[in-house]
Amino acid sequence: MYRYSEFDTAFLAERNAQFRAQVERRIDGSLTEDEFKPLRLMNGLYLQLHAYMLRVAIPYGTLNSAQMRQLALLAEKWDKGYGHFTTRQNIQYNWPKLNDVPDMLDALAEVGMHAIQTSGNTIRNVTADHFAGAAADEVADPRPYAELLRQWSTDHPEFQFMPRKFKIAITGSENDRAVIKAHDIGLQLVERDGVLGARVIVGGGLGRTPMIGKELSDFVAFDDLLAYLEATVSVWNQIGRRDNKYKARIKITVHEHGIDAIRAKVNERFLQVRPQFKGADMNLLDEIKGHFAAPAFRKASVASFESAYTNDPVFRSWVDTNIAPHKNADHAIVTISIKKHGATPGDATDEQMRVMADLAETFAYDELRISHEQNVILPHVHKSDLPAIHAKLKEHELATANIGLISDIIACPGMDYCALATARSIPVAQEIATRFEDLKLEHDIGHLKIKISGCINACGHHHVGHIGILGLDRAGVENYQITLGGDSTETAAIGDRTGPGFAYDEIVPAVERIVDTYLNQRESAEETFLATYRRVGMAPFKAALYPEAQANAA
Amino acid sequence: MARAFTPKIVTANDLLEGDVIYLTEDDRWSRDLSEAELITDEAHAQVRLLDAERQVSKIVGAYLADAVAGHKGPEPTHFREDFRRTGPSNYAHGKQESSPQPRT
Repeated sequence: MYRYSEFDTAFLAERNAQFRAQVERRIDGSLTEDEFKPLRLMNGLYLQLHAYMLRVAIPYGTLNSAQMRQLALLAEKWDKGYGHFTTRQNIQYNWPKLNDVPDMLDALAEVGMHAIQTSGNTIRNVTADHFAGAAADEVADPRPYAELLRQWSTDHPEFQFMPRKFKIAITGSENDRAVIKAHDIGLQLVERDGVLGARVIVGGGLGRTPMIGKELSDFVAFDDLLAYLEATVSVWNQIGRRDNKYKARIKITVHEHGIDAIRAKVNERFLQVRPQFKGADMNLLDEIKGHFAAPAFRKASVASFESAYTNDPVFRSWVDTNIAPHKNADHAIVTISIKKHGATPGDATDEQMRVMADLAETFAYDELRISHEQNVILPHVHKSDLPAIHAKLKEHELATANIGLISDIIACPGMDYCALATARSIPVAQEIATRFEDLKLEHDIGHLKIKISGCINACGHHHVGHIGILGLDRAGVENYQITLGGDSTETAAIGDRTGPGFAYDEIVPAVERIVDTYLNQRESAEETFLATYRRVGMAPFKAALYPEAQANAA
Repeated sequence: MARAFTPKIVTANDLLEGDVIYLTEDDRWSRDLSEAELITDEAHAQVRLLDAERQVSKIVGAYLADAVAGHKGPEPTHFREDFRRTGPSNYAHGKQESSPQPRT
């Protein structure tokens, strides 16, 4: 875990003091809202439909137990007893009062956390593979580099007034769990001839113009990576469009100029920028790496785990669904589902946060992760501790065995909270999860990712859901478009639209017809929804969704 | 031809709490849509919006929203305003904590 230096602490204290004074000046009327809005957004404070919303960064999704307890404290003391984990590894508080926010930020600073650059046209929270440092399949832990990027991008003078926001994701593994191809820049750590570096993907993004990122470079050594990224952002900062916010993201710049032209400009700029990087960043990276040293993994028998696995079917089901392989064979990665059937995806109560913090402290070397899929991870757990962890999770409604299944839904806050939303997302997610729980079908259906956004901005990643749902306002009524075949992994793809949208009360039955079609079409229980869709295409799903159109055409 | 003016209310968010508020005929801010002034004249609507926007140390983001006369005062015509007057649908938070709010 990264520990703040004196510089970090002093920087944050100064920023928080500045914001406290800005809030006071807003409340006493000496700042207008037009003057105050950019200041509050720089500190992660939005005004939503019913209240303010504070978005707190969880850099690369990593937390220790003290930080998780502090998040619980904020929820309890200044909010309504819960927080919402988001697809960008942030936590959002939906009900803070304006004059409490400076105290909330001070409380976050006590544990080395902040809300800086969680909004505005800046480089946002750098996200990472939530299994980083624990996964059996990774080349290296991406988090030291993510922390270097956080320090580089925070308050970077050249990058405070960019054409639009800028999002970076990083993974250390070929198996992409960080959706790197749907980010402005995606980094995949790779090793070449014993040198560690990154493959650089650029110009991915969702929103109204979804694009899969393109390869800018197949390898940039760590020594050069920061200069290369600075060159990339700098090229976009210069030629990215500022005339139209919908054309301003780097994906449009890459699309309009072409990847080869962008690469040439980046290389040219890189040669100018490179001499400014004299190795201080690599010294810093070495120091940061020390903070992320793997814990001393304990050695013990796994007999108690094996016995519980054999004898307790509920435990076995949870292990089969929520546990991933750890790089140490006697350890495991635990994903705690924040998706109990019928609950709001990503919402955890202060009590649940404290329970997870306690479990991390007792059993998981004091580490937690937040995934972009809105779940919480204990990255390092000795297998013999799994039964005790499962028992504790059960007591607090945290033991749902549904990771990667149909009820493990990503949903943005939608029109229940968000000022930009055009329709609700949360109740759609709740009803789909409840419906398939009632049918007792979800384990039979297997791996299936539903992602729901309440507007075209696609915070709910609907384009890359196996089933994507987009809520729109059609003539004053909520209407839901469906896409199929999206993929958020290393084989990333944008889903295809099925056809006309569905009314609010038709969307759950429509999803059910899609799933029935899959179950009828699949060759075996091993063929996943995505594999089946890729094999059979849209036609059978269309036929099930729009029987009238088929009848008319016949 | 210009579109016919449809009745409006002035709505905003409270500066300190962020809660949805409505301008009343007697120049108060109410948390209850049914107490809002329903404005049927376009010129008067613009004046009332200016009246609201001047109150920078009380409110944020005033705008005119469509509404219709109901039997207990103005009612929303669009589901977004219906959510704003009620609160989120996943928890009984916001206005639903203080008073029962209608949801149509």
